Amino acid sequence: MRITQGAFSYLPDLTDAEITLQIAYALDNGWPCSIEYTDDPHPRNSYWEMWGLPMFDLKDPAGVLLELNECRKTFPSHYIRLNAYDARYGRQTTAMQFLVQRPAKEPGFRLTREETADRQVRYTLHAYAADRPEGERY
Amino acid sequence: MTTFGMRPPALEQEVTRELLPHDAVVDLRSERADSGTDGVLSALDADLVGLAPVKTRIREIAALLLVDRVRARFGVETGRPNLHMCFTGGPGTGKTTVATRMAELLHRLGHVRKGHLVAVTRDDLVGQYVGHTAPKTREVLKRAMGGVLFIDEAYSLYRAENERDYGVEAIEILLQVMENEREDLVVILAGYRDRMDAFFSSNPGMGSRIAHHIAFPDYSTAELEEIGRLMLVSEGYTLSPEAEVAFREYIGLRREQPRFANARSVRNAIERARLRHAGRLVEGSAHVGLAELTTLLPSDFRASRVFQGGAT
Repeated sequence: MRITQGAFSYLPDLTDAEITLQIAYALDNGWPCSIEYTDDPHPRNSYWEMWGLPMFDLKDPAGVLLELNECRKTFPSHYIRLNAYDARYGRQTTAMQFLVQRPAKEPGFRLTREETADRQVRYTLHAYAADRPEGERY
Repeated sequence: MTTFGMRPPALEQEVTRELLPHDAVVDLRSERADSGTDGVLSALDADLVGLAPVKTRIREIAALLLVDRVRARFGVETGRPNLHMCFTGGPGTGKTTVATRMAELLHRLGHVRKGHLVAVTRDDLVGQYVGHTAPKTREVLKRAMGGVLFIDEAYSLYRAENERDYGVEAIEILLQVMENEREDLVVILAGYRDRMDAFFSSNPGMGSRIAHHIAFPDYSTAELEEIGRLMLVSEGYTLSPEAEVAFREYIGLRREQPRFANARSVRNAIERARLRHAGRLVEGSAHVGLAELTTLLPSDFRASRVFQGGAT
């Protein structure tokens, strides 16, 4: 099951050239970029691991791409996403966020039904990959 | 306020020119005019006095990049030239000024994408504890990408007396990026002649990765005078004829004294002359006109301790 999170996720995966253009768009707007990775892509898992600090004062997308490739090398089969922050409102707001890497095989989620009182049913999602310990999931 | 449209604004369409046939002829002069480098080069000539070897080398680099561009139009593939540079010279010989110009020039010629200059020293690259240096250096390198990284007093990165110094780590990262990300970044090292020589002899890898070693000569008295005149014009001052004589004598005397820093010393001399000029006007007559406000008199220079044999 192909996970769709953030912008562009219904499009085919972006190539490096397209990612560079998106980063250039963010930097031209004055948005610093940051890179995050995880192997637990549950929809409610908002806080992914940070790959280094957000990159401030960059002028050229090459710097972001350098870090991104570094992160891909270290985590070749994790989900990696790129955030662009907009500080214009006086707080850090995410202006853009999209996936830049996904594992080759995505087993997807199981829908768990839990029967509670009065024949009520609660639904919850469980990633098949999350059965294995962290770092061995994908 | 950014407006989010349905699609991003149209990208700058890369003009894909068809390859020229083998027997075509290209007008280099109009190519040169198109690139807009003449403006930068002539501004360099007008604003910077002397520095003949530096200007020659910059012209050569500009020519090389231009010719490479024309060659590419014929389909001749050339590797990107190695444009890492090292500026050596005494204090106040214009190393930083030239580096700024260089960034602009390389941008005009399409060698770097953004053309900004990131000027750093040892403090910005080298960390204070184990594991601090690498992220710090990488951050600076990322910031400089697409432009020029100018490392002032680069010799201080290597401290021979302390073998645990973190500077070596910064040098290693720098070398790696200089080699691998050549198309994204131009590194310019600057420092005093003798110390840079010592730096390169203890870091042979660094010396061999830098193609252009440019020596900035000290200025002659006449050139310093010319520099002083340019500074005065840009600040809206003129010299009375006698003051010109005094200024020339001042430079001649100051050159012989210790801690002489070329153009920087001239700038300081002018700053102090301005102080004395202002003091003289406030002490003196209550009515001043434009001429009094803009003209420096010989006394403004002669009061300097340089004329009594002291430095400053």
